[in-house]
Amino acid sequence: MSALGVAAAVRSGEVRAVDVVEEYLARIETRNGELNAFNLVMADEARAAAAAVDACVAAGDDPGPLAGVPVALKDNMCTQGIATTCSSKILEGWEPPYDATVVARLAAAGAVAVGKTNLDEFAMGSSTENSAFGPTRNPLDTDRVPGGSSGGSAAAVAADLAAISLGSDTGGSIRQPAAFCGVVGMKPTYGVVSRYGLIAFGSSLDQIGPFSTSVADSAAVLEVIGGHDPFDSTSIDAPAFDLRSVLGRGVDGMRIGILRELSGGTGSVDGISPDVQARAAAAAEALEAAGARVQEVSVPSATLGLSAYYLVAPAEASSNLSRFDGVRFGLRVDAPTTGEMMTATRTAGFGPEVKRRIMLGTYALSAGYYDAFYGKALKVRTLMLAEFASAYEQVDLLLTPTAPTTAFRLGERTADPMTMYVNDVCTIPSNLTGHPGISVPFGVGDDGMPVGIQLLGPALSEPTIYQAAAVLEASAPHPGGKEGR
Amino acid sequence: MSERITRNEVIHVARLARLSLTDTEIDEFTGQLGDILEHAADVEALDVGDIEPTSLPLPMTNVLRADVRRASLARDDFLTQAPASEAGQFRVPPILGEEP
Amino acid sequence: MSDLHEPALSDEWELVVGLEVHVELATQTKLFCGCANEFSTEPNTNVCPTCLGLPGSLPVMNETAVEFAMRLGRALGCDVHPSVMARKNYFYPDMAKDFQTTQYDQPTNRDGELALADGTVVGIERAHIEEDAGKTTHVGGGGRINDATYSLVDYNRAGVPLVEIVSHPDIRTVEHAKAYVSELRNILLAIAVSDAKMEEGSMRVDANVSVRPVGSDELRTRCELKNINSIRSLGRAIEYEARRHVDLYESGEAPRQETRHWDEDGGRSTAGRSKEDADDYRYFQEPDLVPLAPTAEQVAEIDAAMPVLPAARRARLGALSSVADDVLVTVVERGQDMLALGAIEVGADPDKVLTRIQNDLAVDEWSSVNAETLAVLIQMESVGELSATQAKQVLADMAAGLHGGDPRAIAAFHGFEAMESDALEVLVDQLISDHPDEWTRFTGGDDSDRKKMQGFFTGQIMKATKGQADGRAVAELLGRKSK
Repeated sequence: MSALGVAAAVRSGEVRAVDVVEEYLARIETRNGELNAFNLVMADEARAAAAAVDACVAAGDDPGPLAGVPVALKDNMCTQGIATTCSSKILEGWEPPYDATVVARLAAAGAVAVGKTNLDEFAMGSSTENSAFGPTRNPLDTDRVPGGSSGGSAAAVAADLAAISLGSDTGGSIRQPAAFCGVVGMKPTYGVVSRYGLIAFGSSLDQIGPFSTSVADSAAVLEVIGGHDPFDSTSIDAPAFDLRSVLGRGVDGMRIGILRELSGGTGSVDGISPDVQARAAAAAEALEAAGARVQEVSVPSATLGLSAYYLVAPAEASSNLSRFDGVRFGLRVDAPTTGEMMTATRTAGFGPEVKRRIMLGTYALSAGYYDAFYGKALKVRTLMLAEFASAYEQVDLLLTPTAPTTAFRLGERTADPMTMYVNDVCTIPSNLTGHPGISVPFGVGDDGMPVGIQLLGPALSEPTIYQAAAVLEASAPHPGGKEGR
Repeated sequence: MSERITRNEVIHVARLARLSLTDTEIDEFTGQLGDILEHAADVEALDVGDIEPTSLPLPMTNVLRADVRRASLARDDFLTQAPASEAGQFRVPPILGEEP
Repeated sequence: MSDLHEPALSDEWELVVGLEVHVELATQTKLFCGCANEFSTEPNTNVCPTCLGLPGSLPVMNETAVEFAMRLGRALGCDVHPSVMARKNYFYPDMAKDFQTTQYDQPTNRDGELALADGTVVGIERAHIEEDAGKTTHVGGGGRINDATYSLVDYNRAGVPLVEIVSHPDIRTVEHAKAYVSELRNILLAIAVSDAKMEEGSMRVDANVSVRPVGSDELRTRCELKNINSIRSLGRAIEYEARRHVDLYESGEAPRQETRHWDEDGGRSTAGRSKEDADDYRYFQEPDLVPLAPTAEQVAEIDAAMPVLPAARRARLGALSSVADDVLVTVVERGQDMLALGAIEVGADPDKVLTRIQNDLAVDEWSSVNAETLAVLIQMESVGELSATQAKQVLADMAAGLHGGDPRAIAAFHGFEAMESDALEVLVDQLISDHPDEWTRFTGGDDSDRKKMQGFFTGQIMKATKGQADGRAVAELLGRKSK
């Protein structure tokens, strides 16, 4: 059942939230052992929250727009009194004394949190293989990865272990796993959703967003979690989106641009596989058939995105992760002096990918290298903003594949970091520019695994994006091939 | 293997980041970081002389809050999870003259 | 008072000092969160996820802290600029995030100056906003960091708003350094942004000290001195450090650039951390905060609301009188300049007013003294109705609020009346005839004898008149009779 379907049924009293939750908890019980989508299942808390929703409905009060909807939360979002680990040994068992803003907003909307999902450690990765608690498996083919870093959240929705879930997207960590798992994943404009309580990776890049099985559900969640938060200085003070009313408007006259440099064709970055290219072309045709005007658009600096990102994100992360030092919370490895204790703790507590990025980031910021690396990457960002702005004068939205390939096999890309990083080539530019983007499933690749199509727009263009996403969804071929459900 | 970053630089950076690496790890990281930096050479080579850096993709300024008190945390909410504490404070091993 | 224009060290070596002063702003809440900005004896009770640096927490800037910082900058003649916050990355347990959020290459206030009472101007490079760290206590081994068995950390102070004021190395004497800190404190109090108490840590002074040959304009290796807890310590520390540098140069060596710890009890500085492992702070713009862009209107409002600053208050009095600088400094520092101005306005002699205030009104409570009554007192003394000693007594009683603070009533209460001159002369003649030997020594002796005998006779007169004789009249009489 869709999230909106659950909410409608619970709100009307037709169905009890506690019964919905029981059903989901049972499915989690059955499948999580194999999938490892959840680090923690919040069975007791979920039952209590569901009961509260039912009591609210019985009393004739408004239980909220997402009443009774089971939601999974990526385990880098603070949940008060509930372990929040970032899938890292350094935070194993840590219980935050406060809730992330998005967690509070979902609860206020009546949603029922069923658990904390697995991720690449500290959100650094594109396959969820960097988790300290074991990888998550793709529900559609358990030999394959679900994508990352929000692999657990994507898998949970794909396997119907939660009706919706939240992930975080710094370089594509919502959209790419959504593509790999055949679900809808959305990264809002930077600043639309509060980052308060999201354990930071790349502060100028991170955004929280929803996973769902439908575009309408995605819009419903964004309406709940988005909006100004006085606890986040980078939170936009803009009026709330009205998204659901635009979903049926179609794309007649809308101008869609095929982003040349990420199309797989001439002038594009390498590595976008032909079957994915074919799906993207089909998606463009579908929009054209629905009345959109499709043209090619060039944004040359998009090819620099990967390099600039792998300087900016690790730099910010290297600083954000300094606080994990064994002093105040989390793991401590004892030593004769505080300095040695900090080093021993961080050495034991962080996995290799996290260490790699901390060192890369430290290097990019260090004396003598700042100008050449981090400083330059910030200039690339300026360039990209200018070029994308020009592109958006010609078109309303851009269309690209979400990821260069379909979901690869576990262990296939873990030997060489660069082969993993290229997963994000299509999604990264919009993290650097802060622009919004959605991934909508659109058919399957040659291997029968889902392909996601990405729609990108300028800042605060979420209504336009959802409008077009709804059309893509409606015209998508029925997902055949490997079914995990 | 590109000499993008030297072994000594890796050791220096690890120390700055409070990470201790085995010899094998130093070698591995020297290679991997070198590869990544090699790929970032396209950024490094770019002539962006006149362009201003953008730290935040948002054109916002002056986000301020009123100088008004909010409730603080109760000490037990967090100190019980400290690795070590004493008399209401966080306890750490001797700090030894590292004060900046 | 030492001559402020003499080189502090010697004919060969010149002192070069710059001061970095950290000032705690007197806001209600911390810089980035709503925790109370107040001292608490209970550790870790004024904390929240943000100032504890808990994962997921974010900072939000305090608007009053920004306003206070700009006010401080304008009071120091700085230009107020658009600014950004930056991260200064280093690992230390009192830094909850293991980075400090501060300002680096785009600070709020730049290019100001501070004028000392004697007219010397010290350039101010910048005054920027930053957050304070928590407090560490070292347990065991006498409480010193290197002998401790463990340490404890309290984050109550973490996140308190600070402004760091950095002067140019324009200070050339120890007295100037001390005067800089005093004057800075006066300004901070006048604009009400901080209580600026060194003993309590709401004002902290670090000194950058170097020396150079007299006549040279080079800047040699400097050392940063920390742990200076009073103005007196500041003087001792600078003197010691300068001497240490000179000794090194004169024995063919040179000081190393380092941070040194001032040991007040031992009267010396000791080397701090070695600079080999010097931290690279890897500054970059704080991505969790947005830039500050003050408007011209805001700055104009701050300027319009600026109170008259101590230098201007001193100048106001200085234009009307000819007393020494230190009198003006004291009177203004004690906030008694409006009183002085008022008395002068109703006709009292400016020099006498200021001197009397400086000497005899060093009390906490003096609200019962007003301009009119003070003017009356000064007048009474001028015309000889009261002796100097009597005037002192009357003023003390006025400050204590006796007899409604009315000088005439107080004088009458004490029975103070100046002696009639005839009666006084009769008394003097009597004493002269009673003490002929002493009189001979007074009239014919050398300077030392004269002085001693003057004292003798004056003392006798005071004894006989129970202190009511006017000292000047006595001196005048003795002088006249000795001719």
